[in-house]
Amino acid sequence: MSEMINLVIDGQAVEAERGWTVLEAARYYGVDIPTLCHKEGLAPYSACRLCVVEIRRGNRSQLSASCSFPVQDGIEVLTNSARVQKSRKVIIELMLASCPNSRTLQCLASKYGVTKIRYKSEDRGCVLCGLCVRVCEEQMGAGAIGFFYRGTGREVAMPFHTRDELCRECGACLYVCPVCELPCQGPLQPGELCNACLDTLQIEAFPCRE
Amino acid sequence: MTRITSPAALEQFRQEAQAKRERFKMGVSVCGGTGCQAQECKDVFEAFRTAIHDGGLADTVELKLTGCHGFCEMGPLAVIHPAGIFYKRITPEDVPSIVEKSVLGDGVVEELLFENPLDGGKVAEEAAIPFYARQNRMVLGMNGKIDPQNIDDYIAQGGYAALAKALFEMEPEDIIDSVERAGLRGRGGAGFPTAMKWRSCRAAQSSDGTRYLLCNADEGDPGAYMDRSLLEGNPHAVLEGMVIGARAIGATEGYIYVRHEYPLAVENLLVALDQARLYGLLGNNILGSGLDFDVKVSVGGGAFVCGESTALMASIEGRIGEPRVKHVHTVEKGLFNKPTNLNNVETWANVPLILNEGADAYAATGTESSKGTKIFSLVGKIRNTGLVEVPMGITLKEIVYDIGGGMPEGKDFKAVQTGGPSGGCIPGSLLDTPVDFDRLVDVGSMMGSGGMIVMDEETCMVDIARYFLDFLSEESCGKCVPCREGLKQMLAIVSDIAEGEGTRDQLDLLLETAEVVRDTSLCGLGQTASNPVLSTIRYFEDEYIEHIEQRKCRAGVCRALITYTIDAELCNGCMRCLKACPSKAIAGEKKKSHSIDQQNCEKCGICFEVCEFNAVTRM
Repeated sequence: MSEMINLVIDGQAVEAERGWTVLEAARYYGVDIPTLCHKEGLAPYSACRLCVVEIRRGNRSQLSASCSFPVQDGIEVLTNSARVQKSRKVIIELMLASCPNSRTLQCLASKYGVTKIRYKSEDRGCVLCGLCVRVCEEQMGAGAIGFFYRGTGREVAMPFHTRDELCRECGACLYVCPVCELPCQGPLQPGELCNACLDTLQIEAFPCRE
Repeated sequence: MTRITSPAALEQFRQEAQAKRERFKMGVSVCGGTGCQAQECKDVFEAFRTAIHDGGLADTVELKLTGCHGFCEMGPLAVIHPAGIFYKRITPEDVPSIVEKSVLGDGVVEELLFENPLDGGKVAEEAAIPFYARQNRMVLGMNGKIDPQNIDDYIAQGGYAALAKALFEMEPEDIIDSVERAGLRGRGGAGFPTAMKWRSCRAAQSSDGTRYLLCNADEGDPGAYMDRSLLEGNPHAVLEGMVIGARAIGATEGYIYVRHEYPLAVENLLVALDQARLYGLLGNNILGSGLDFDVKVSVGGGAFVCGESTALMASIEGRIGEPRVKHVHTVEKGLFNKPTNLNNVETWANVPLILNEGADAYAATGTESSKGTKIFSLVGKIRNTGLVEVPMGITLKEIVYDIGGGMPEGKDFKAVQTGGPSGGCIPGSLLDTPVDFDRLVDVGSMMGSGGMIVMDEETCMVDIARYFLDFLSEESCGKCVPCREGLKQMLAIVSDIAEGEGTRDQLDLLLETAEVVRDTSLCGLGQTASNPVLSTIRYFEDEYIEHIEQRKCRAGVCRALITYTIDAELCNGCMRCLKACPSKAIAGEKKKSHSIDQQNCEKCGICFEVCEFNAVTRM
C-alpha cells in the first residue's frame, strides 16, 4: 500500500496517497473545485488558475493551483474561502471578457455568481487553455499545433501558420476545446452574460467557510 | 602559457604578474563600459595610445581600457594612476594636454576635472568626488583596475585566490557555512538566503550525480545595467564565484544565461572562459585539485520572462521560455530535471569576496538581515546618473542626494522606484528607509536586482503605472489567465484614467484586479506585476483621483488632460513657436500675439519648450 498523507480539506481531516494533487484528493472526497485547463489524462498545466485554493501551513497562507499542488502532510486546504471566491470570480470575468461565446465559461459564470462583466470585452475566440495543444501532443502523438508569440499576442497555430501534414484531422482538439461550443441561448455579444440558470443553481449552495 | 596546477603555482604566477605591472610608473584607465562606448571612449583610448607611443612612454605608462567605472553621467572618463586623478567628458583632442600635464608632469587639466555642483569647486581625486566618496565599491571596485579581457590582470589583483582556498583549505560544507555566516542573500532581487539554496541543492538526490549551476544574467528591468557592467568589466569574479559554488554544491556543469542585447558582456565572457580553461582554472582537474567543472554561455533571445528561474531553464533546454509551476523546487528538479542552483551575477561576484575577507568581516557591512553591499543603477531625474555600490543600510535619501546629487534644475523630488517592474514607487516621506531586503518590502517595493529610477515633480504617477503595465503585458509569457488577461485589463483601465475617461468604480476594479493578479498568477512576474500599480495607488492616490474627477494631470504629462495656451500679453510675436509647431496649430503674425488652435494641437509641448518669454502656458 502506498504511503498516506494527512491533510485537512475545508475543515475535514482526510488521507490522500502520496503523489496525488490537492485537486485529486478534493474530488476523491467529493469537494467541488472548478477547472478549465485541466483534463484527466493530460499533464497539469496550471494556466487558467480557476482551480486555485488557499493552502495554509502554520501561519502562512497562499493561493495555489490545486491541479498541480501535491498533497503534503499538515497542510490545510480551503477550497471556498472569501479569498478563493473573489479570485475565482475575477478569473471567470477576465476569461469571459475575451471569450463570451464559450458555453463552458458562461455556465461557470452562473454557477459561481458572476453577473456582470466590468472589463472591456472583445471576442478573441480562444482562452489559451492549451488543452488542444496537450491532447494533440500527449494523446494523439501528433504535436501538430503549438503556441506562438507571447503576452496578449499569444495564439495557438500550426507551424508557420500553414496546414501541416502532422495534423491528421482527428478532431481531438475540437473535442477538448471549452470555447467551441456556443452558450445554450445562442451567440452572445462581448460583455453579455447568459446567466439563464443562475437562479436554479443557487449560489448560496457554496457558502463562504470563512 | 602552461596550466596552473597548484595554489603555490598560482601564487607564484600572481607575483610575476604583479611584478610585470609594477614596472610601470603610471597607469591610465579609460572607462570602456557600454555607457562610455556610446560616447566614443574608444577614440579617446586610441588618442591616449598614440600620445603615449609618440611620447616614448610605452614602457613607463600602462594604458588600459577597463570596464565601467560607474559615473556614466561624466563619460567618457579616465583615471590617471597612481595619483587617482579623475577626468570627465574627455574628447580625443583633450588627450595630449592630459598626457602633458598629468602623465609627464604632476599637474592637472583644470577644465576636465569634476566640479562640485554645490560650491563649484574642482575635485581632482576620484576618491574625493562625492559620487564615489559615499560608496563602498567592494564588488565594482576592480572594474576600474583591470582589463576585462586579460586574466593576468585579475590574477595580479589577487583573483582566483579565493578559489584556491575553497579547493584546498575548505570542505564543501565549510564553504556553505561561510556563505551562511556572511549572510549573503540573492542579489537578483528576492533576497533568498544563498547558503540555504546551495545546501538544498547539494542535498538533492541526483540519479547520475549531475548537478547544474546557473548564473542568471538575463537582466531586463528598464534602466538597470548592474549585471551587464559586472560581466563586461570583471567577468572572472563571476566565474570564480561559480567555480567555488561548484565545489560547495558538487556541481558538474554550469551555464551563464545572458541576453543577446549585451554583446560586449558575451564577448568578454567567452574570452574569460577561454583564458580560464587555458590556465586550468576551469575544465578538468581545476588547479590540480581533481575538481571537474566547466561553464557554457547560453545566449537568450530577448524575453524578459526568461529571467524567471523555470523559464530560464526551459530556454536553456531549447524549449519556449515559459515558467512552470514550482511545487517541486528547481534545486531538486531544475535544468534537464536535475538538481539546479541558480544565482544572479552579482551574487556570484560576492562569493570570492566572502572567502577572501572571511565571513565575519564580510558580515560587518550591512544591517541585521541584509549583509554586504548592493549595486544600483541610479537613473531617471537625477544629476549623477551611474552605477553605485552602497553598503546595505544606507538610506535612500543618502543615495539620491549625497551620491546622486539630487534632482537637476532644482526640481522637487517625487518618488524613487526600486525593483523594476516588480517593485514599487517610494515617496519622499519614506526616503529615510534603509536599503534592506525586508524594509523595502515593508514599504511596498522590493530590493529588486538594482534598478533605481528617480522621479521628480514632472513625473506623473498614473503615467508611470501605465508604463510598467504596458511593459509587463508585452513581456508576460501569456500562459496564465490572471497575468495575460489581468494585466491587459489593468492597462486598459489605467489608460482610461490617464486619458481622463476613468471613473471611481474603475479605480476600485483596478485594485481588485491587481490583488487577484498578485494572488493567483503562476510565476513571479505576474505575482509582482501589480506592485507598480498598488504602490502608486497607495502613495499617490490623490493623483489618480485628480485625473478622474478634475481631469487634471499635475505633472503635465498625460496629453489628453493638458492644454497649451498663449498668453497674449507676454507673447511678442517672435514666431518661434509658430515655426516649430509640427502640426501647424499656431496662428499669428510677426510682432502680434499668436494663438493655438486646440483642434489641431497635438500637445507635443514644443511651443512650451521653445518660447523664451514664458508666454506659453501648460494647464
